Amino acid sequence: MSSHSLNYLDELEAEAIYVLREVHAQFQNPVILFSGGKDSILVTHLAKKAFYPCKIPFAFMHVDTGHNFPETIAFRDQLIAELDAELIVGSVQESIDQGRVSEEKGKHATRNALQITTLLDAIEENRIDCAIGGGRRDEEKARAKERFFSHRDDFGQWDPKNQRPELWHIFNGQHFEGEHFRVFPISNWTEMDVWNYIKRENIAIPSLYLAHEREVVWRNDSWIPASEFLKLDENETIEQRKIRFRTLGDITITGGIESDSDTLEKVVAEVSVMRHTERGNRSDDKRSETAMEDRKKQGYF
Amino acid sequence: MEIHQNQLLRFTTAGSVDDGKSTLIGRLLYDSKSIFEDQMEAVENSSKKKGHNGIDLALFTDGLRDEREQGITIDVAYRYFTTPKRKFIIADTPGHIQYTRNMVTGASTANAAIVLIDARHGVIEQTKRHAFIANLLKIPHLIVCVNKMDLVNFDETAFTEIVSQFRSFSSKLEVTDTHFIPISALLGDNVVNPSEHMPWYDGGTLLHILETLEISNDVSQDDARFPVQTVLRPQREGYLDYRGYAGRISSGSFRVGDLVTVLPSGLSSTIASITGPGGEIEEAFAPMSVALTLKDDIDISRGDMIARTTNPPVPSQELEVMLCWLNKDAAKPRSKYTIKHTSNDQKAMIKEVLYKIDINKLEKKEDDHSLQMNDISKVRIKTTRPLMVDPYVKNRLTGSIILIDDATNETVAAGMIV
Repeated sequence: MSSHSLNYLDELEAEAIYVLREVHAQFQNPVILFSGGKDSILVTHLAKKAFYPCKIPFAFMHVDTGHNFPETIAFRDQLIAELDAELIVGSVQESIDQGRVSEEKGKHATRNALQITTLLDAIEENRIDCAIGGGRRDEEKARAKERFFSHRDDFGQWDPKNQRPELWHIFNGQHFEGEHFRVFPISNWTEMDVWNYIKRENIAIPSLYLAHEREVVWRNDSWIPASEFLKLDENETIEQRKIRFRTLGDITITGGIESDSDTLEKVVAEVSVMRHTERGNRSDDKRSETAMEDRKKQGYF
Repeated sequence: MEIHQNQLLRFTTAGSVDDGKSTLIGRLLYDSKSIFEDQMEAVENSSKKKGHNGIDLALFTDGLRDEREQGITIDVAYRYFTTPKRKFIIADTPGHIQYTRNMVTGASTANAAIVLIDARHGVIEQTKRHAFIANLLKIPHLIVCVNKMDLVNFDETAFTEIVSQFRSFSSKLEVTDTHFIPISALLGDNVVNPSEHMPWYDGGTLLHILETLEISNDVSQDDARFPVQTVLRPQREGYLDYRGYAGRISSGSFRVGDLVTVLPSGLSSTIASITGPGGEIEEAFAPMSVALTLKDDIDISRGDMIARTTNPPVPSQELEVMLCWLNKDAAKPRSKYTIKHTSNDQKAMIKEVLYKIDINKLEKKEDDHSLQMNDISKVRIKTTRPLMVDPYVKNRLTGSIILIDDATNETVAAGMIV
């Protein structure tokens, strides 16, 4: 009987597949929030398995800040074509042009917070009742409190102190018109689990995760990539370095680390001895101790 | 590569701030080297701001703004750590009486519960409440940590006295596997590293016990249960006749060729194929997510249960349930709710409240028939259609239900079928 025991990666996989199937059964119009990062790629891979031999029964939604890594967009388009899936793009630039939001001012201005409006507008316009995300509870302290099925009111807001209790494997996705859910199938995965699984399954990921030569500038303790959006300070210079990224966000705020890990095997080995969290290089989380909680309450991913 | 054979263990911790629960979790994470340097720096800075000497381990577990400001835990928080032996998920739940609902939530998926006792105070009401809930939710393993041993001079008698106190009241409960450990979360004794101060204790450290608990038998191996989540019908070449029943096995195992019965219809067939996440397989077992096909064309949809024909569950419309009320609004007499059981949704009515349990005295209150937040009561529920249930003591997944109030869509109660 002892052979009837799953290892932890298989158990996490089984749990995520179960959650994705519950989404399909409980919602009318779900989407996978796709950023081109490894976590949303992982969710997509799990969705393929959950519904095989059917196509993934969800559309994909990308909130495009306009500040992308070109590699991410190329990867996105190729994957969507392979899956023969529908892609909905919410454009932050359009939100700006329509006067729905305005650009932040100052040296450290980013479009990170502006995405909230674009995301919520896209959810409303497309009558999305469930947005599936690659958020993980180990990423950040506010996310540690997230449910698998996380309710959003008709303003798209999260009320962390009044969440529905979630027991056993029973998920309550009941909601009123205009409300939606965020669902996180890989809630219980850690960064290490994600990498181990990507390696085991040999899942294709953007080359940005592997070490490569790149023009970068040293800012806020990490290597920020040179791009058309980057404004240099007087004391900053662009250098050529061999770097890779642990997470992918906007090109303006995602810092890389110096690394020689140019294969998945080397990345997994490197991550296993990392002494900093992966979001440590994301300046969006560094704004205050509760930066993530504050954004999530408003409707952030 | 060996690490990939490791199992996952989920445990819950119950206790209040005063018991040193957050400190214990902080200690586990810290000594198992699961805390990153930037998290460490953030906590060091917060500790300084709050005027602590050294680092306040409890700060590793506070998440929400209000929790950090007030120094309390409001909601269940999940933590992760991995050792060379296992991956762990901690459901960190607050221990106050008004948070019974969070304890029940955290306990519902746990393999093990850690109950913390302050060595200076011994077994108190809160201890009994925690042990009672762990028992009610049928957590297979209980680990009683007698904490703050440093404050009783690491005295063996203090420890054995508390162990016998605990045993005398827990004899009323049906906990199967109980461990006792004297610890100091603050100083780290017997948490990850063995204590130098308590040579009289010859048991394992907390981490050692967590790493070696036998959990393979925590899920029933006997009753094969497969609640159908959704039906896969690919409308494409090569798969036009494919009808896959997708779901997650709740308990037991299924093999290709097994004779199965579909409930509630009662029709039988044979398993033709099983598709797992990696492709076709001969056998699948709990908790795998798979898709089954059957030899015969039977009408099957979400909410149906596939079980091995030799021991199917009993379809039932009248249930006796131990119900934990989770909502701030009390139940209204004879109100109707949506009941969710595995993948099945029906309407239900609470017909009768038989008694309430005073969880501090562990006594029945026969005359109290109200259902208010954090109450645990035995009730009789009637459903519009039969549910395919097992007693909760035999099967935690096919023996559990939740109730949803259709007026608010909130989950208002969780129940364990008697």
